[in-house]
Amino acid sequence: MLKKLTIMIISVLLLAFNANAGSDGELVLNKNQPDKTRDCFENLNRATFAFNQGLDKTIIKPIAKGYSNLPAPIQKATSNATRNLSNLITIPNNILQGDIKTAMINTGRLTINTTAGLLGTIDVANKMGFPKYEKEDYGQTLGAWGIGPGCYLVLPILGPSTIRDTAGSFVNALGGDPWYNASVDGNNEFLSESAFLASKAISGIDFRSNNLNSFDNLEKNSIDFYASIRSLYLQDRQNKVENNKRGSVDVLYKDDEDWEEIDNQ
Amino acid sequence: MKKILIIILFLNTFCNHAYSIEPEIFVQSTVDRASKILAKNISKQEKINGLKIIAKETVDIKGISFYSLGSTRKLLNDSQKEVYINLFQNYFLKSFSSRLSEYTNPKIIVRSKKIINKNYTIVNSTLTGTSERPEIKIDWRVYTKNPDNPLIRDLIIEGLSLVRTQKEEFASILNSNDGDINALFKSLEDFTKN
Repeated sequence: MLKKLTIMIISVLLLAFNANAGSDGELVLNKNQPDKTRDCFENLNRATFAFNQGLDKTIIKPIAKGYSNLPAPIQKATSNATRNLSNLITIPNNILQGDIKTAMINTGRLTINTTAGLLGTIDVANKMGFPKYEKEDYGQTLGAWGIGPGCYLVLPILGPSTIRDTAGSFVNALGGDPWYNASVDGNNEFLSESAFLASKAISGIDFRSNNLNSFDNLEKNSIDFYASIRSLYLQDRQNKVENNKRGSVDVLYKDDEDWEEIDNQ
Repeated sequence: MKKILIIILFLNTFCNHAYSIEPEIFVQSTVDRASKILAKNISKQEKINGLKIIAKETVDIKGISFYSLGSTRKLLNDSQKEVYINLFQNYFLKSFSSRLSEYTNPKIIVRSKKIINKNYTIVNSTLTGTSERPEIKIDWRVYTKNPDNPLIRDLIIEGLSLVRTQKEEFASILNSNDGDINALFKSLEDFTKN
């Protein structure tokens, strides 16, 4: 109880700090524009980023490389299983965002994949023609409700985030993630905290493994890798919050004044 | 005299339309040219040189250089602009060709296009997936003000704009150095040399 209370207090404090940090708090809170998201803690963020990179190079990347050498069906099954688990967070967020239809589709997907798909290792729903799965989380829901990202944050181990997205993550521990509730808080003999942590670690390794070349390439060709990651993360979150589909030009080019000015020179 | 006029009129009409390139054809031919180079059994450096030639012909490098600089471009004098454009071109060509040269025989298929206005068309394409990577969606922002000579102004990979990323990267370097343009010049120079 005390643990939950502490987390709740931290979340509220972070949001409150976000709203009051700097004179343009209103602007930051009300807009989902990556280039408007301030890096209030840049020095600390860069230090954490360097720490994470060290961790990545010594531990995470070697494990991800090993994982990428596993037979493709095993990787696929693992990836499917972690995606299937993520439905447990996606469904309540579909509902919170008022998207009942997608919530029902995802509930069907979860049921089918967990049963016929052998605990999610086989994506039977996809084979049956279900629509493409889009993950949702509490950070996205807060964004959909009009709360801006606040300051950019780099979390130890977890990586890029924002005040809003970090606060959203706390909701998981406050009862918003049924998988967390069952494994960490649930009193049953089948699941434990280690099962929850293992699932999160595997999910992270799976993501890293899928992006080995992309990250290497980006790092090699960036003159400020930290800034590149920040930009890409914020763009990605903006797309997710606004549920943007590819080729959605309205979103990509809100700031065309720059181009107009260059053309008129 | 009448015949000459007809010939001139014909040539004029022909010239105005024969070389006008549809953006999706322009993108497909550009990626096909790049794919051919990447599939060739030549050294990596030769591939990079070939890709640089394509980039010079098809990308609006000068426009991207000014865009990437953000509002700082207004503060540069003519000689600084000249230095910057030169540094940026070298940086861009190295970065662009180095990124692409990692791929062997990439297959990009143009799917559709959306005309935004007379200046811009977005061409949607996909990089076909392999056992090592999933299918990747790539959208191309093509500047079509001169329809005879369309130019690529941005690549949007899975919804992420490379030019925007570039701009924010440069802004970060400038912010960390109190807006000193020489710090950016040095970063670009160091990247090109290494």
